[in-house]
Amino acid sequence: MKIKVLKDILDANEQLAERNRQLLDSNSVFAVNLLSSPGAGKTSLILATIKSLKGEIKIGVIEGDVSSSLDAEVIGKEGVPVLQINTGGGCHLDANMAYTALNNLPLKSIELLLIENVGNLICPAEFALGEHKKVLISSIPEGDDKPFKYPLMFHKADAVLINKIDLLPYLKFDIQSFSQAIKAMNQAVEIFQISCATGQRIQEWISWLLIQLSKR
Amino acid sequence: MHELAITQSMLDLVLEQAEKAGAMEVGRINLVIGEMSGVVEECVKFYFDFISKGTLAEKAALSFLMVPTMARCRDCNESFELKEFDWACPYCQGNNMEIVAGKELFLESIEVE
Repeated sequence: MKIKVLKDILDANEQLAERNRQLLDSNSVFAVNLLSSPGAGKTSLILATIKSLKGEIKIGVIEGDVSSSLDAEVIGKEGVPVLQINTGGGCHLDANMAYTALNNLPLKSIELLLIENVGNLICPAEFALGEHKKVLISSIPEGDDKPFKYPLMFHKADAVLINKIDLLPYLKFDIQSFSQAIKAMNQAVEIFQISCATGQRIQEWISWLLIQLSKR
Repeated sequence: MHELAITQSMLDLVLEQAEKAGAMEVGRINLVIGEMSGVVEECVKFYFDFISKGTLAEKAALSFLMVPTMARCRDCNESFELKEFDWACPYCQGNNMEIVAGKELFLESIEVE
């Protein structure tokens, strides 16, 4: 006997993600899922964002890593609520892990939740966490061919931050063809060129973020 | 590595459907996988052998329908397969396209006894 199912394999995760979204919305928290390969600058971006918005927006952070709490310790020093999730070998955060984290954060006193996913351009693309926006950080040393190699991630991103632009004089990276490739399959994407190290053009990202927050 | 989580979700879904139908055994699992999902068939099979042991689906054959990435050009409205490193419309050379297939990741059907 054949049984038609026609169900998304990740349906269970999608349902949990929806529950997270409702929990976030009921607490007026705007959540951003930060995605990138290891070393592209997720933690640096979080630190730069906290620095820019201190006293203006109440920020909370979820740190996802395979192991260690190094990132959470660095961020904790900034005086924002931070929760570390260790996936114990898992290559991505899923909605269930995020739910546990949400229940351990003071959501009532958070306006912007930055979720640092595990550094990986493949798996986190498939697993929604309940976030409002997916933001992908791609850095100059990684090369400009990444949209072709990891199309799903670039296709799903609401914004792409090209980080480490201070290294452009030393490395080969064609920003125009990189941006054109992303736009070809993701017309609505916002692309920013920043450097977390020098603070260059960080304000453009912050302005976009504030606009998103005001729409909340 | 994400194949493990995906295979586990797939198995949960298969078992839920099989139990609902009062099945004794799952003979075949028909999956539809888009190329963009990056899911590797061999990898799913490998994990499935391990995690399905002792369940109704342990003897099930996995069948994969792989879907190529297809795009539609928003400028000239033509549809075409999106090839690696060639993200322009082959008809009008435009680069404003919509992905119309290739993101699939679903359980089409199961065959049970």
